[in-house]
Amino acid sequence: MSDQTKPADPEKEKRKIKAVGKMKEIMTAYYIEAKTAEQTGRKIAWITSGGPVEPLIAMDVIPVYPENHGAMIGAAKMGPDLCEKAESMGYSRDLCSYARADIACAPVNGGPIGGLPKPDMLICCNNICGTVLKWYQVQARYFGVPLFIFDTPFCHTVFSAEARRYVRRQVDEYIQFLEDACKRRLDKDRMQAVGRLSLEGQRLWQAVLDTTAHKPAPMSAFDAFFQLALIVTLRGTQTVVDYYTALLAEMKERIENRISAVPKETYRLLWDNLPVWYRTRWLSEKFAAHEACLVADTYTSAWCGTIKYIDENDFLGSMAEAYSRIYLNIGVDEMANNVIAMIDKYRVDGVIMHSNRSCKPYSFGQYDIRKIIQRERGVPVLLIEADMVDERSFSESQVETRIDAFMEVLK
Amino acid sequence: MKEIQLFQDIVARPYDYARNWKKEHSRKIVGHFCSYTPEEIIYAAGALPFRIFGSGDAVSRSDEHLQAYSCSFVRSALADGLTGKLDFLDGTVFPHTCDTIQRLSDIWRINSGPGFHTDIGLPVKLNTASAGEYLKNTFKKFKTELSGNLGTDISADALISTAVLFNRLRRDMQRIFDLRREDPTVISGGDLQTIVKASMIMDRDAFSENLSAVVDNLKAAPSRPPKPLKRLVLSGGMCNISSMHALIEDCGAAIVRDDSCSGARYFEGAIRPDGDIIESIAERYIEKIECPAKHADLFRRGEALVETAKTSRADGVIFLFLKFCDPHAFDYPYIKGLLDKEGVASMLLEIEAPLPSEEQVKTRCQAFLETL
Ligand code: SF4
Ligand code: SF4
Repeated sequence: MSDQTKPADPEKEKRKIKAVGKMKEIMTAYYIEAKTAEQTGRKIAWITSGGPVEPLIAMDVIPVYPENHGAMIGAAKMGPDLCEKAESMGYSRDLCSYARADIACAPVNGGPIGGLPKPDMLICCNNICGTVLKWYQVQARYFGVPLFIFDTPFCHTVFSAEARRYVRRQVDEYIQFLEDACKRRLDKDRMQAVGRLSLEGQRLWQAVLDTTAHKPAPMSAFDAFFQLALIVTLRGTQTVVDYYTALLAEMKERIENRISAVPKETYRLLWDNLPVWYRTRWLSEKFAAHEACLVADTYTSAWCGTIKYIDENDFLGSMAEAYSRIYLNIGVDEMANNVIAMIDKYRVDGVIMHSNRSCKPYSFGQYDIRKIIQRERGVPVLLIEADMVDERSFSESQVETRIDAFMEVLK
Repeated sequence: MKEIQLFQDIVARPYDYARNWKKEHSRKIVGHFCSYTPEEIIYAAGALPFRIFGSGDAVSRSDEHLQAYSCSFVRSALADGLTGKLDFLDGTVFPHTCDTIQRLSDIWRINSGPGFHTDIGLPVKLNTASAGEYLKNTFKKFKTELSGNLGTDISADALISTAVLFNRLRRDMQRIFDLRREDPTVISGGDLQTIVKASMIMDRDAFSENLSAVVDNLKAAPSRPPKPLKRLVLSGGMCNISSMHALIEDCGAAIVRDDSCSGARYFEGAIRPDGDIIESIAERYIEKIECPAKHADLFRRGEALVETAKTSRADGVIFLFLKFCDPHAFDYPYIKGLLDKEGVASMLLEIEAPLPSEEQVKTRCQAFLETL
């Protein structure tokens, strides 16, 4: 987001979340650390956004997230260029734009931060999609580094006993893989401590998201899209705990002082699917102009949705189930139940579904979820066609018309 | 050849065949979508494993459930499931394959597709001991579930004789593929594709019998003068456009090897008919060359295709993908690069069923053949 140097509007200033500056600092320091890892002798692992990062933290490996990179590329509006480049390399335009952008970045160190630091290893957990498997295979061939696949069988209706045993065995294989790569044993106490911090971080993140149940909401989903970065990248560190503790305090303060994300919050909406990274500002202003606030979303809550499966005293053991049952690795009906629970919890008046060409596992099933929530809660649903990074699949005028029409229905 | 005519009649109207078969034999039919379905277990249970290709009719019914960026195979299968075309099915089985099939399973279940519904939570990895153990356990669990759903026991004897039958028909199929590789005039690519399809929907005993007759006929056939045809290898996923092979061959080519999911790869390997028979069945699935939605090795699929192109003395390779099929699309640049390095020409044909324009496909094929 571009910071304009106009005289500050006090009304707007008041609404700015103060923690943002700190977050930028932390993320900058994190990327500098990752980019200089070669000099400091630390290892780098590329890992999928839903992957088990805690053992990496416990082993002092720096986790790097190509998907987070994808989001940065999208927000910097560099998506179409890089996607086209991937297409010229032979990758179909119908593939996930995170994958396309990242694959195209690697050989040229492109993108907003001059490419990601080279990986020493790749950790791919398929609990979000099958795309990451293919994407990480591509990168494993390109970088010639070891690839660990953490295979979490899809839980259509159950997490079977067979699957539990399989995933649990892989936790041990994963640790072995890291010990081989780092030529060091895992410190069990350290692992346990990281596990506790991870859980604490997730609880705090959930608490932050919960504050928007308040009317008016102190922050919006657009803020959550930004604030999310830490729980994704540095889960399991004290930094995350400290940051979200402060953020939570700020949100509570805002509630007390009746500072809301949207000046006159009349309508409360729920967002489904990934953000449209290159249009977050535009969308947020668009909804605000209709006095609507996106108070919750299914995306950012995915990083704290499986707290109930985690056993504080046996993090590694319980991690198998927690990582297998995340939001995208469950059946459409269970997803619909989650959405319904959110509609109730956040007292939502309408749902915006981003039908995201890039993300098939997130988008296929949306029509049925729409039907289910309309039946169960009678809440209107708007579907907008877009893509999270590839702006070529976005028609501003069409989306605008649809939002305007939808808001008329709500009114 | 009358045996081939029989296959053609069945493949032209697979749903009619299934309905009649069911009536005649008073047996059950289990539909499925993927070459990793343990068809052996279904057949040993006395039921007919029936691969759903989708008829391509009334696809608009799918629009209520799936966005336009889903592959046409899944759209057409779902439409058939929702419009009662598959009402002869006693159940449907969904092995874990790609992101699209995964959601198809949910949508199918929520909207009560015909009969019982079973997900087989296959591993994505096939190259580790724990994945192997998990796959075997998954098949064992499937056997128990299936036997409950069909209300029948599945005996070890039945499994063994099914394994023997499947081994035989897979071997016979490999024979035809080999005969044709040596001499593409023995049988047309279109006819061979018809046999392949029949093998996925027909009563397997009847199929095997008829197939043996075909093999004998082909072997006995007098050799014909060779035709100056370009030799092509097809590579790709599931092809549900029945005219595709004929369309390509009519441009002046012979498809000497079809390496796709619905081609030779489906018939690879044999089951060791001893030990724990479910485990033996599972081992074949673990060992055969993986589909692109699975992981066994970073290089094996590409190297295998180069090898196939060489051993079949191919002039070129056509990649035949369904549009919106992610697993294949991701592998394409790498595998094409390998072929380039070996000096094997290739072309990518991205298709959708029904084909928007046969002419366009023909033009592209002809242009490609001219460059060879
Ligand atoms: S956007 Fe969807 S398809 Fe792409 S990596 Fe994420 S979960 Fe996978
Ligand atoms: S054709 Fe591709 S996308 Fe479609 S079901 Fe098969 S593997 Fe999935």
